[in-house]
Amino acid sequence: MIVRTPVFLLIWLGICALVFAASIGLNNDYIFFAGYVVLQYVVLSTAWNILGGYCGYVNFGSAAFFALGAYSSVAIYRLVTENDLYGIPIPVLMLIGGVVSGVVGFGMGYLTLRLRGAFFAIATLALAVVLQTLVVNWDYVGGSRGAYIIRPEQIAPIGNYIRYLFLIMMLLAVAAITIARLIEHSRLGYGFASIRDDELAAEASGVPTLRLKLVATTISGALMGMAGAPFPYYIGYLQPSSTFGLDYAVNSIAMPLIGGTTGWVGPLIGALLLGSLQQIATVTISSAVNLLIVGCLLVFFVIIAPNGIVGLIHTYLQRKPEDFVGRRPVETEIPGQVP
Amino acid sequence: MSTVGAANTSSAAATDTLLQVDNLGKRFGGFVALENIVLSVAAGERVGLIGPNGSGKSTLVNCICGTLRNEQGTVYFGHRKLDGLNAHQRTHLGLARSFQLPRPFVSLTLADNIRIPLIYAVAARRGSHYAAHEIEERCYALLREVGLGDKARRLPRDLTQVEMRKLELARAMAAEPKLLIADEAMAGLTHSEIEDILSLLIRLNEQGVTIILIEHIMSAVMSFSRRLIVLVSGRKIADGMPDQVMRDPEVERAYLGQ
Repeated sequence: MIVRTPVFLLIWLGICALVFAASIGLNNDYIFFAGYVVLQYVVLSTAWNILGGYCGYVNFGSAAFFALGAYSSVAIYRLVTENDLYGIPIPVLMLIGGVVSGVVGFGMGYLTLRLRGAFFAIATLALAVVLQTLVVNWDYVGGSRGAYIIRPEQIAPIGNYIRYLFLIMMLLAVAAITIARLIEHSRLGYGFASIRDDELAAEASGVPTLRLKLVATTISGALMGMAGAPFPYYIGYLQPSSTFGLDYAVNSIAMPLIGGTTGWVGPLIGALLLGSLQQIATVTISSAVNLLIVGCLLVFFVIIAPNGIVGLIHTYLQRKPEDFVGRRPVETEIPGQVP
Repeated sequence: MSTVGAANTSSAAATDTLLQVDNLGKRFGGFVALENIVLSVAAGERVGLIGPNGSGKSTLVNCICGTLRNEQGTVYFGHRKLDGLNAHQRTHLGLARSFQLPRPFVSLTLADNIRIPLIYAVAARRGSHYAAHEIEERCYALLREVGLGDKARRLPRDLTQVEMRKLELARAMAAEPKLLIADEAMAGLTHSEIEDILSLLIRLNEQGVTIILIEHIMSAVMSFSRRLIVLVSGRKIADGMPDQVMRDPEVERAYLGQ
């Protein structure tokens, strides 16, 4: 049975309302600080998965799209404060960040259309480096010194501003997984899957592969930019080296891989699991341990469960040799065969 | 080029020409893969395309289907010039192919493998989409037709070699082509499996689909084809009735040596 999209959306909005109410009930603003980062990773890994998981194009430049969203907010913030304009609300900043990153995503897709596999990954990495260099040399957004954003203490009905940011990021996360799920069950999703499996055969089956890849890079980039747009308001001080940092690129690849890349559930599980682990490690051990955790888990999953947690569960549920439709065959049942 | 096919070619031109290849040429660096290929295929024909390894058969198919770009010459499909069109646009027009080595979509079930051309190629040609249940019915009907009906929910890796080739054909058929190019659909199969595929192709031809069969297994080509085209070293050396072509001294030389 497939839940219809409006119902799916309502269920998730309900869950969000519960989570938000529970977080307020705990009366500890740290929950919102930590939760914001976890939710941000839900959006980033879901966005990465639309291109990386569905189409099979590994993007190492997630940080660049994220940073573009963040820096578009910084640029607008500066424009607004210098000209004594009325402040622009965060959702509008997110839309602008989404458009900027979406356009860059489209451009990246267009420039790298003929590249596949490792070459595409290297090109995205190069894009991140180029964009970082541009931002470092762009004085208007603070250059290498970084930029300060002074966020308001309170916002009207919600209270503390961090709660507001948390709420916004939660809604974006719901939007992201709804979009990912919609794609998955649509013609687009089948087209993406055919590109991932065999681009030549997809083209021969009538799939306009170049156009679909552009759609994927644009949606993926736009969502990452939207995730980045509120970031300056969260962090207060934005610096190119941290915004373009390896953490974002590695996390947004590792989380879907650990969760499972074939559906919207995988990145969600991966981001919730890894994001929470990282937040716990940050307060209990040290924030430097974060990437170590990611690295170890990634190695573990690549060896033990290459299809992620979702794949693991799927295999377990489908463990019926005579009618096997799971993601991995029961190879051990054939004696003497080397998998 | 030999003259055995002259009469046949003119009779083909008199009927409705579906595929017309004019002076096609393709180079890979300094290597000339195809040179001045001229051929035409009429609607409803069953054509065999043969030649030794490396003679340019697959390159020709790739140029016709848009996987490779030809530097020289033109391909017409139903009086429409194909130059500059991508492979998927050519599939939309009704030109489908199966690959020499089966290339299934490995993460999709068999039914979903068939679904891809239905929702992309057929929808683009019709200008409208099939309803969801129609797609489902078409997928299963096609799989049944090639004898894979009971495996619709399976993944391609559960298939045997012959089943994989049948899936490859079913996927090409799903695009509802006017012209189907089967690139070595029978390599590595047993005699009865070859019979299976042949009867499938003949059934398809009887439904009005023009078929070009590329094959090394001579018995299969001879029993299937109504016309035979021979490529050697990137040039067409013969084109005509199968038994006439096989008696052609140039073809004999190419296949058996001096």
